[in-house]
Amino acid sequence: MDDILNAIVLLTNFVIVPALAYGAQLALGALGVTIIFGILRFANFAHGDLMAFATMVVILVTWVLQDAGIGIAPLPTALIALPVGILAAIAISLFTDRCVYRFYRQKKSAPVIFVIASIGVMFMMNGIVRVIIGPDDQSFGDGARFLIQVTQFREWTGLKEGLAIKMSQALTLGVAVIAVAALFWFMQRTRAGKAMRAYSDNEDLALLSGVNPDRVVFYAWVIAATLATIAGTLYGLDKSFKPFTYFQLLLPIFAAAIVGGIGQPLGAIVGGFIVAFSEVTITYAYRKFLLYLLPAEWVPDGLVQFLSTDYKFAISFVILVVVLLVRPTGVFRGKVI
Amino acid sequence: MPKYMRKALLASVALAGFSLGSAAMAQDDVKIGVILGFTGPIESLTPDMAASAELAMTEVTESGLLLGGATVTPVRGDSTCVDAAAATAAAERLITSDNVVAIVGADCSGVTTAIAESVAIPNGVVMVSPSATSPALTTITDNGYFFRTAPSDARQGEILADVAMERGIETVAITYTNNDYGKGLADSFAAAYQAIGGTVAATAAHEDGKADYSAEVAALAASGADTLAVFGYLDQGGKGMIQTSLDTGAFSSFILGDGMIGQSLIDNIGDGLVGTVGTVPGSDSEGAASFDVYARESGIEGDGPYRAESYDAAALIMLAMQAAGSADRAAIQAQIMNVANAPGEPIGPGELARGLQILADGGEIDYVGATNVELTDVGEAAGSYKELEVVGDSFTTIQVR
Repeated sequence: MDDILNAIVLLTNFVIVPALAYGAQLALGALGVTIIFGILRFANFAHGDLMAFATMVVILVTWVLQDAGIGIAPLPTALIALPVGILAAIAISLFTDRCVYRFYRQKKSAPVIFVIASIGVMFMMNGIVRVIIGPDDQSFGDGARFLIQVTQFREWTGLKEGLAIKMSQALTLGVAVIAVAALFWFMQRTRAGKAMRAYSDNEDLALLSGVNPDRVVFYAWVIAATLATIAGTLYGLDKSFKPFTYFQLLLPIFAAAIVGGIGQPLGAIVGGFIVAFSEVTITYAYRKFLLYLLPAEWVPDGLVQFLSTDYKFAISFVILVVVLLVRPTGVFRGKVI
Repeated sequence: MPKYMRKALLASVALAGFSLGSAAMAQDDVKIGVILGFTGPIESLTPDMAASAELAMTEVTESGLLLGGATVTPVRGDSTCVDAAAATAAAERLITSDNVVAIVGADCSGVTTAIAESVAIPNGVVMVSPSATSPALTTITDNGYFFRTAPSDARQGEILADVAMERGIETVAITYTNNDYGKGLADSFAAAYQAIGGTVAATAAHEDGKADYSAEVAALAASGADTLAVFGYLDQGGKGMIQTSLDTGAFSSFILGDGMIGQSLIDNIGDGLVGTVGTVPGSDSEGAASFDVYARESGIEGDGPYRAESYDAAALIMLAMQAAGSADRAAIQAQIMNVANAPGEPIGPGELARGLQILADGGEIDYVGATNVELTDVGEAAGSYKELEVVGDSFTTIQVR
């Protein structure tokens, strides 16, 4: 019995907990991408760097608050700084929309033009973040580090394996649930949300029914920027903030949005967890797990690892390619890119 | 041949002769390049390393004895430690536009190889690296222009294996930073450790600069080993691997290579490191002790690794210059081995003036320096290592091997 419990704890500690937190972070990022795609009909490559920009603002405000001695221990101070980051992200999103995307919208340019323009925006944002905060790692987490610590867990349960749940992981899941619930309430229940869904489904019909396209675009950016700030801050708290890693996040985020069905909010969430769990489960070595469950002589000598961790990022690529080949609309029948 | 042409020819010969003459005269200021990773994964170590190299240069300048009163000016270049293109560009600039006579550096093995092979050796410029330790550098085709005051990791691997075994650690998992240095050290450690009966349960590379190392740690933890040998950088992936291991309870004890040794690691990670062992080139010789005092008096406060090696690298270059009687690039190359090894009067740190005087008088010296410099026939330090253990909140030297 102990062996089975040990095996479960082992898997929870190294696979389930990290994958849940990572999945929630990807899901929030993918939601932002999917909403921009649904309303503005282009793949926004600047989303990763929008996350970096927003997180940077949160970090700067957090530092000011920490210096002033304001905090909400055991929760990280960054949570109080979050609204400022959201406002900054909204401001810069609306600013780029006004300067860049509106021009192409009025010209009714093809989606690929928007995509290329968004790559330009991405590089601009990239540069701004590096000029302001620099390319290095920044740490801004404070408050309690752990909800459950390995040694405590071992003492409580008497098991050989330990379980660690970091504060940032618990926080990620909690905040993600709240953010997603609020988003769905907004989309399903409010007038603006319904207008957005109508506009996404059929632009001409929505316009005929009196939906104001400028309002819809405005809401889309507000929501995308808010989600980007939350996703970026949670990722930074849980892992670490470095502008380049946010740029790299773009790939798994897009994989998540496309797997779930781009344009479908529910799909983005499911997609986020699919990508996260595939990355973690495929690169995990199951030897110790099997040792608990099987007689020792049945367990192979190797690490029982499907792919070396070096290929972690390749998994997003593979998922992306397979989905586009087999089911281009994604799990939830989104749009075809 | 028309008359005017002959005149022009004569004039240009005269001009060439004049400019040669002025090159020989212009030795009142000698420039030496210092190429270290002032940005990048070991940026916390390099300021002290550069300051130590520059300390030797100041010492020589102040003595007024080098080549009859020449001054030495350091010119810094950033190797970035990881970006070979940036490092070779920096070296190119130092050699062609700043016209340095020799280079102290570079620091990390990958960029050092790149600079040596594509810039320094083709241009005939001596490089003395204080900290590139990859075994691969022993065998590069260097035409005798590459030297190092740090020993090869082939040796460190053996010593670290002995340290682990003596402490009763019989199974380890290994992680290394995915570059020439990390791979070289991991391979030499694994080979030496298995040769004396240890088991390497798993080996996995990690990339520097990632946000998240949980997958790497999880895979290594599955091997069942309790001890993780980390051959990486203390400001980078190496720190991330240790932090994640402690967070998830995957490993409780660590073996560290020289790139991981530094106070910032303990400051960042804290109590979890107590009992961790590691090795770093160095000795407790008289030279090392007197260098420590000397460096502190000169305002180099830290106790990071490779300060002494950097001082020695710069000192070797300048002593070779004096022995050659010229700041010519090839002349320096020809003399490095002579001043580094016996026979001759032993010269310690802070005694460069004495060495310069002996050489000026036509005598011979054996530069011992801060690290007991003794170059092997391929021009690298034979090397002794300090065995370190984390006691309380700092690295403490247990013994020297």
